[in-house]
Amino acid sequence: MNIHLQTIKSMSQEKKQSSIAFVIGASSVGTLIEWYDFYIFGMLATIISKQFFPADAGTAALLSTLAIFAAGFIVRPFGALVFGRLGDLIGRKHTFLLTLVIMGGSTFAIGLVPGYATIGWAAPILVLILRLLQGLALGGEYGGAATYVAEHAPAGQRGFWTSWIQTTATLGLFLALGVIIFIRSSQGVEKFSAEWGGWRYPFWISLLLVGVSILIRMRMSESPMFSKLKTEGKTSVNPLKESFGHKRNFKMVLLALFGAVMGQGVVWYTGQFYAQSFIETVCKVEFIQSRDLMLWAILMATPCFVLFGWLSDKIGRKWIMLFGMLAAVLTYRPIYKQFLVLTNAKNRIEKIDLSKTVVSPKKVIIDKKDNTKIYVVQHFDTAYTDGAVFKYTKTDTLQLSATYDPSSSIDSLSTTKLILTHSAKPNVVIEKTMDHSTYWSLIWLVFIQIVYVTMVYGPIAAFLVEMFPTKIRYTSMSLPYHIGNGVFGGLVPFLGTLIVEFTKSSATPNGDVLAGLWYPIGVASVCFVIGLIYLTNKIDKNVMD
Amino acid sequence: MNSVKKLLGYVWMLLAPALICFLLYEAFEKISSAAAIHKANVTLQWVIILLVFTPICIGFFIFGKYASDNEYDHLPESSQEIE
Repeated sequence: MNIHLQTIKSMSQEKKQSSIAFVIGASSVGTLIEWYDFYIFGMLATIISKQFFPADAGTAALLSTLAIFAAGFIVRPFGALVFGRLGDLIGRKHTFLLTLVIMGGSTFAIGLVPGYATIGWAAPILVLILRLLQGLALGGEYGGAATYVAEHAPAGQRGFWTSWIQTTATLGLFLALGVIIFIRSSQGVEKFSAEWGGWRYPFWISLLLVGVSILIRMRMSESPMFSKLKTEGKTSVNPLKESFGHKRNFKMVLLALFGAVMGQGVVWYTGQFYAQSFIETVCKVEFIQSRDLMLWAILMATPCFVLFGWLSDKIGRKWIMLFGMLAAVLTYRPIYKQFLVLTNAKNRIEKIDLSKTVVSPKKVIIDKKDNTKIYVVQHFDTAYTDGAVFKYTKTDTLQLSATYDPSSSIDSLSTTKLILTHSAKPNVVIEKTMDHSTYWSLIWLVFIQIVYVTMVYGPIAAFLVEMFPTKIRYTSMSLPYHIGNGVFGGLVPFLGTLIVEFTKSSATPNGDVLAGLWYPIGVASVCFVIGLIYLTNKIDKNVMD
Repeated sequence: MNSVKKLLGYVWMLLAPALICFLLYEAFEKISSAAAIHKANVTLQWVIILLVFTPICIGFFIFGKYASDNEYDHLPESSQEIE
């Protein structure tokens, strides 16, 4: 009899485990795809700025795209309010199904918008609207998925199970990077960057991914806790008022934001976005290599989300998150300084491999719109004994005199007929392909930052779920999460770039390239102090209430 | 610890308006010193920053007020304490 009972008990345990595994899988796939949709825009920001903005305003176009990028993040808190309310009123399942449809639809549509060259200002306006829709959808997705999984997870394992949802943001980034690298490598730069080129494919692929995810999510049932509340007629009538209108709950929303999520947000975006942008635009590491190394670092660090989620069930959430924040505050500047040291040509002078160092013949290109203007392009490849190759492309802009005959060869032109335009300084584009050892050093430096991300982010879903009651959980946890991540975190690249711009002067035209780090360091420091003083390390075993 | 929480509450209350003033000052300075060609872009950036961070600073002030009122001396241990 006893054996029979034990068998039934173990079978029911197995069924429970596989049901949780399905819940995690189905929720995670959808959330991962939403992150993928959201990130491809940011990763293709440079191409998007060229395609959707006037061609003559390089920096302005990039900043405009970044502003749209920021807008995507800024509307996330609004998405949290709209869909959080809906999730607490009609249920978790249908709400995050809706967010998935909005996200997938708007991502696919971005891939269909013709460029500025074809439809003028309608292009950036359409892209802005679609980007806002993406932000709105994302604002509703995460809170729903985290709440849904946490409400299925057994007590004492909530950190472990919700940590799988926490991997999705990073894996979405991984997927986005992987798809972009694959298409770009198989198409080549020119085809990829053309108006209807390969950069649009990642947006179109989204439709397929979202379709699959919707099918999976349709098979899911409503969260047991929410169903119970609904059956008992105890769901909230006005989740917004109950979440933010009552001091007892609102004070917890503020504590969640200032004591945990704002620090987590800046650590997340610095480790995974600012790092990549810094390596590519400041250190000038070649496009594919700068993304490849991110992929390796993400791949190696991702299991740590689950590790720290699991650990948070044993020792509490607070100290793991705070340690991650403190480590980030103390080591960001040394890490980024090391990025500069490793990729600096001056540190490699001794190792130049003259046998492989090449200077190409000058190539002359006549401006198609203004045939009195020519560009003289020359490549210098400096090879190093350790295998690194730094490519310099120098472009001189020359103004031709009126007597110039476009049919004559450049060699026959006497220098007196050419006047160098003094307003245009020679433009030098640098692309560095690092040697194996430096490449791996860069990977480890990014890896360390992503480990910080896993420390602050792994336990946070469980931490937030445990802070708020079931009937207003979706609304209450979504808002601080998306202000912390969307506003504080999402603005890291934008504000980082802006701070560096402020340090530029005529004496230092490049400014202090490390100055952008003061923003995440400052925010994480304040958050660390608040978390240390005000947060408790207690785990709420009963989230059924 | 409760007195530290209370004391820091006053710090947060002072820090919030100081941050708004700092942002306003920076916005004014950067917009007025921007070259004519970049003025619109710089203004847009600062309008976004001010619009986003002003309500957050107000939230930070309220957080400080709650802390100084000893609201965080005891954190709720069950949902009944919140509802």
